[in-house]
Amino acid sequence: MIPLNRNSILTILSILLFLLFVWYSNSHLSAYAIRIWEDTAIFLMLAASYNLINGVTGQFSLEPNGFVAIGAYVTAILILTPAQKDAMFIIEPMVPWLRNLHMSFFPALLIGGIVTAFVAFLLGFPVFRVRGDYLAIVTLGFGLTIRVVSNNTITITNGSLGLKGLPTYTNPWWCWGWALVAMIIIMRIVFSAYGRAMKAIRDDEDAAIAMGINTFWIKMIAFVAAGFFEGVGGGLLASLITIISPTMFTFFLTFELLIIIVVGGLGSMTGTAIATILVVWGSEILRFVEQPMNIFGLHIPGIPGMRMVVFSVLLIVIMIFAREGIMGQKEFSWDALFNLFKKKAKTV
Amino acid sequence: MNVTVLLQQFVNGISLGSLYGLVAIGYTMVYGVIRLINFAHGDIMMVGMYFAWFGIISLFLPWWAAFLLSMIATAFVGVIIDRVAYKPLRNASRISALITAIGVSFFLENLFLVVFGGVPKAFPVPSIFGGALNIHGVIFPNIAIYTPIVAMIFLGLLLLLLHKTKYGMAMRALSFDIPTVRLMGVNVDMVISLVFMIGSFLAALGGVFWAMRYPAINPLIGIMPGLKAFAAAVLGGIGSVTGAAIGGFIIGISEIFVVALFPSLAGYKDAFAFLFLIFVLLFKPTGIMGEDLERGRF
Amino acid sequence: MKRLLNALVAVLIGLTFLSTTAMAKEIKVGVVWPMTGLVAAFGQSAWKGAKLAQSMEPKAKDGSKIKLILLDNKGMKVETANAVSKLITDYHVKAVIGAITSSNTLAGAPIAEKYHIPMLTSSATNPLVTKGKKFISRVCFIDPFQGEVAAKYLRKKLHKKTAVVMIERDQDYSVGLAHAFIKAFKKLGGKIVGVEFFQSTDQDYSAQIADIKTKNPQVIYMPSYYQEISLFCRQARQYGLNQLVMAGDGAEADALIKIGGKAVEGVTFTTHYDPHAAATPLSKKFLKLFRAKYHEDPDAMAALGADAYFVLLHAINKAGGYRATPAKINYWIRHTKGFKGVTGVITINPKTGNAIKSAVIRKVENGKFVYVTTVNP
Repeated sequence: MIPLNRNSILTILSILLFLLFVWYSNSHLSAYAIRIWEDTAIFLMLAASYNLINGVTGQFSLEPNGFVAIGAYVTAILILTPAQKDAMFIIEPMVPWLRNLHMSFFPALLIGGIVTAFVAFLLGFPVFRVRGDYLAIVTLGFGLTIRVVSNNTITITNGSLGLKGLPTYTNPWWCWGWALVAMIIIMRIVFSAYGRAMKAIRDDEDAAIAMGINTFWIKMIAFVAAGFFEGVGGGLLASLITIISPTMFTFFLTFELLIIIVVGGLGSMTGTAIATILVVWGSEILRFVEQPMNIFGLHIPGIPGMRMVVFSVLLIVIMIFAREGIMGQKEFSWDALFNLFKKKAKTV
Repeated sequence: MNVTVLLQQFVNGISLGSLYGLVAIGYTMVYGVIRLINFAHGDIMMVGMYFAWFGIISLFLPWWAAFLLSMIATAFVGVIIDRVAYKPLRNASRISALITAIGVSFFLENLFLVVFGGVPKAFPVPSIFGGALNIHGVIFPNIAIYTPIVAMIFLGLLLLLLHKTKYGMAMRALSFDIPTVRLMGVNVDMVISLVFMIGSFLAALGGVFWAMRYPAINPLIGIMPGLKAFAAAVLGGIGSVTGAAIGGFIIGISEIFVVALFPSLAGYKDAFAFLFLIFVLLFKPTGIMGEDLERGRF
Repeated sequence: MKRLLNALVAVLIGLTFLSTTAMAKEIKVGVVWPMTGLVAAFGQSAWKGAKLAQSMEPKAKDGSKIKLILLDNKGMKVETANAVSKLITDYHVKAVIGAITSSNTLAGAPIAEKYHIPMLTSSATNPLVTKGKKFISRVCFIDPFQGEVAAKYLRKKLHKKTAVVMIERDQDYSVGLAHAFIKAFKKLGGKIVGVEFFQSTDQDYSAQIADIKTKNPQVIYMPSYYQEISLFCRQARQYGLNQLVMAGDGAEADALIKIGGKAVEGVTFTTHYDPHAAATPLSKKFLKLFRAKYHEDPDAMAALGADAYFVLLHAINKAGGYRATPAKINYWIRHTKGFKGVTGVITINPKTGNAIKSAVIRKVENGKFVYVTTVNP
């Protein structure tokens, strides 16, 4: 059971405060802000689970765009009614057993996550035979293959036409609820014996093997967990955007998540949380470089496309000067926070 | 499929393969020396194309001058990228360097998108390279003949450089162990810059020939060929220059033949290069020409 | 380092406020187009057209200025939804123009529908974009119509019986238009002897060409974009494939001839307008100014982008200018009747939001686009 000490009480209180904030924001922020916060929540879940396999276990994988795609498609197929599917599968009709499946949001999300986790499980066998850069390439190829397959299996995915008119079930509660659940579960994994094993693998895989850790199954746990949450994230994303097609799941999605976990600090979940907010909001705030500006009387016309140039330069700069990220490998803890204040008090 | 078509596709495959090979060589050399998968390499090919285009269209240079200048200029771009973005991360983790490479890739693509616009530009093909020979019903586009020849020539020159010159020896030594080579008194940074120079030069060469074969260029044109060239490099044994060339041919030929034999699978063409690659990585990670992963090569 | 990052964020937020320019009496219109990403070419073209249109008619009838706020959607759906949302709830625009592709437009449409803000797309041709929606309209025709026009022309005028269709598998424009064409062609008694697939990133079509040779059709229908068509024609002609190539409005761009050269002689396509075909005064003026400013002819995207602006301006004027409510603007967009735009005479069907326009057939002759015929709906 959860011990009832100062730390756990503080944690519970902050979670409650956070939920209060979500409730408040739902009715008081502009629709645009709410939407960006929903994006933030979904990306937080994606980034945290990605960090589990990448930062904590040290397996440099580029799998997210593939897993998110699988989750998105599975959930989308399940929440559409057969009538809706008939209307949009204009090139070729959908395979009957998929066409007739229909269920509500929560089961659809769960199944999306479970299917993706299963794919992760199958993929783990070939993928973990290699290490390092080769693992990156293999998972990159996997993501590419998923996109190619979804463009071509028209009777399942409707090809490049995609699935449209998805009902919007996603709302801040779903997003933040799942994000919270994901964070709690992932944190528990990280602070458990499994998590320590994962970090051992990251730090020195051969030593870990020598210590008797079954590295294959530990990596598998991280991978499957990542698969599950990335799948659910995909489903939430699908319902939020209301339309999915293969072009949504290109390498750029993996790249965005990669930026987030690196900026936050590989292996730090707290860092991931902070970085998600920075990157998702930063990307929107950076739009200003594409608008015409009046700086001290100088009129600078807007240059569309500058945002991406600035973004890439920022990434390079961060990698050169601050590659540990914001939190490095440290996590937030109440003790550390109080020690910070105590130290300050002492030096006065 | 009759013999004519078979031969035809073979010619196409060789032509495409030599293009991949040229770009793959640059990938493999950089990886062999500093263990970095330079994601920006495909975009360097694009830079070469645009420089050549600019030389002919805006500077009114004769084609051979524009091509040569473009290759030299691109070589310098490669060196600048190394010095600015990769050198500071020489001792950092691999994942950091890889991320930086991805950042450079996006930077090049978006910079050229802003400067040149996204609308495809027509690449001017010099008349010597246009046209085709018709031998017994098999069409040999002139470019398809020149490309493998030029690729072979430069591959030969490169192998000469690697095995018969001091600098080449330094490069091969670097692929073994960098700190020791430094101890030997070799200016490691300069040799690495040289590697980037050569790799980018060859990428620009590949780019120019690519642009003459498929004369529509746009800033995002380097992404796919870049990925396939990387697959070729790994297939051939990453770090091995000859292997990269061979890998390029294999990928090019199989790409053409897969679509020729199974037209309905044309949509899966890109996935094949990768499935090939994954297969190789799982069962023979050192590739065709590769040796033990821990030792050096070339 | 953490401090530096924080400072950076603070500076960014501060600069955001700097970016808001002074307010005159202006009507804010949001524009969501891909300026970066895989389909940047189209967004950039459309923006050229729309900007020129704005410079031609920058004010509404009551003197208020039209302010175009362009947000790049990088060709992605998530960005489109965010951009539309930002324009509506943060910038409080009265209307949105966007996006280029049907899928991206569909990503932004639900938001516009929810807030009752009219959304006008310049080039999304998939019928699903406006289906069942009240606030989404378009200034272009839809794929089924274009496919029929092509089929009718090939069957009735040119008496072609057999066709092979080249489909760009990962572009919904190509897939949708091909589907419409196949249906119409078959209905008119034609035979589809083969279907070839390729990807937008492909540049080598030798395998498809070899296959088409064995099928020997009378015509090749390639509903794709000018880059792919020009490359395909070059290789096809080189390999001795000399059939007529027919395409859709995606073919129309100067680059088609620049890249394709002699190989694209005879390529015929359905499109929105032709300077020689019953051009409206606005069309002539736009063409002249575009040529003067950019030294090239506008492609279909640019012309449609301009038309989106003009149709919207026309509706704003009808709805009362600065005082017009978005709902009223939407009403007048939907009731556009006989508007003489850049791409021809545009009437929008109030019930569907689709534009009822004639299609024009053009072809490449002697290195130029020439007018062939007009097909009325």
